[in-house]
Amino acid sequence: MKNTPFTDKHIALGAKMAEFAGYNMPISYTGINDEHATVRKNAGVFDVSHMGEFILKGPDALDLIQRVTSNDASKLNAPGKAQYSCLPNEQGGIVDDLLVYAIEPNNVYMLVVNASNIEKDWNWISKHNTKGVEMHNISDKTGLLAVQGPKAVEYMQELTDMDITNLKYYTFVKGKFAGVENVVVSATGYTGAGGVEIYFEDQDGAGEKIWEEVFRVGGPKGMKPIGLGARDTLRLEMGFCLYGNDIDDTTSPLEAGLGWITKFTKDFTSKEIFEAQKVNGVSRKLVGFEMVDKGIPRHHYKIQNNAGEEIGFVTSGTQSPSLNKAIGMGYVRKDLATEGSEINIMIRDKAVKAKVVKMPFE
Amino acid sequence: MFPVKNDYFSRKFYNMNFPENLKYTKDHEWLQIDGDTATVGITDFAQRELGDIVFVDIDTEGKALGANEIFGTVEAVKTVSDLFLPVSGTVKEVNRDLEGTPEAVNQDPYGKGWMIKMTIDNQAEIDGLMDAAAYRQMIGE
Repeated sequence: MKNTPFTDKHIALGAKMAEFAGYNMPISYTGINDEHATVRKNAGVFDVSHMGEFILKGPDALDLIQRVTSNDASKLNAPGKAQYSCLPNEQGGIVDDLLVYAIEPNNVYMLVVNASNIEKDWNWISKHNTKGVEMHNISDKTGLLAVQGPKAVEYMQELTDMDITNLKYYTFVKGKFAGVENVVVSATGYTGAGGVEIYFEDQDGAGEKIWEEVFRVGGPKGMKPIGLGARDTLRLEMGFCLYGNDIDDTTSPLEAGLGWITKFTKDFTSKEIFEAQKVNGVSRKLVGFEMVDKGIPRHHYKIQNNAGEEIGFVTSGTQSPSLNKAIGMGYVRKDLATEGSEINIMIRDKAVKAKVVKMPFE
Repeated sequence: MFPVKNDYFSRKFYNMNFPENLKYTKDHEWLQIDGDTATVGITDFAQRELGDIVFVDIDTEGKALGANEIFGTVEAVKTVSDLFLPVSGTVKEVNRDLEGTPEAVNQDPYGKGWMIKMTIDNQAEIDGLMDAAAYRQMIGE
């Protein structure tokens, strides 16, 4: 099992630890509900150093990214722009979802991928790298803290002269942060609570320095470390997809509601499949739903219509800490994928009533 | 170092409580035996491992079940765990207060967090349960 630059800190702080994607990661510290509320109301710090980072470099880097991803990376036409995207496979499924950062447009890009898919993505992109783009897997030496919450930017601004207060969503700056050089501070995140993600090279005690500084400014104001448990409940309330649950090798971005990152202005893997889906429609859609009767939806539970026919399955579910009700996401047949549709979640062989709602959940 | 509350979820700082007057099972349940009936819940260790408990689902009231049969389910934010009847008997009463306050299982696992009251069919099955010392040893305390 691999460690992140912060594994020892999590253990010393009494976190509940578990293996996630081959890394020894904190699942929770004080309890998921408490951590969740801290991020929604104040600010919290996630160690997400397990995420993978690739650098793609050279005159054909953009061409390669355009061919393997679904979004239009040519829109990243100035340094400091980032976008959400996915890597489609040749069957119209998804290899992974990712972030694309334009470090130097048309020359240097950073791709940020899911920890569980680092090797798969690397092999996939390498296979399509027919024009000699320089590729570096910097995952092991790159640390990443997500500082998220309505107060996160205010606290973090104290640690840098770069203007992060006015950073727009999906933009970033690179420079000195907490006394460490070449840090990427990005106005992105997986919580919907605002905040930044902080990428740095873990050398010469940089991780230690950043952690101490981040908590020196935020700790006295109630900022706390947050585990992966609350990361999941936070993203689910927003309706953000989790790879391996809501999207995978068998789901199309159009089925998953990711049409907005599927751009037909360029050529890319499975473009024709997605174009046909756009014209003809898809047979199932990923929807959000909330429970009407008591019960908590969980990954893999089946979904039925009122006639008792199986019409889909749950991909993610939880008791929502902020909304105090049970919510979930799942694929359902398209005729029941509209807001207000009555569906039934099969919980321990009982059909429990739910209804399709829009996301983010409210 | 920044301040972290030494509250009850924090593994490092928390002293778990296992009352001496209870019996314990390998599935992390406790029984308070009173003649031929028992009150059943989950242990301090179990509630701490599960984290924030959000739903206790028991629909076996009035049912006669064998030892180790599932009598209900306890759900934390991220996990679902079955509840096993510690000894053969009939589920006589379910703690309905947990419908509105499932967090009582975290806050007071041996008190307000009790789950069922049951009759005991066979007193000999009690002998197979652990006392507090044996349970502590099992969980590596």
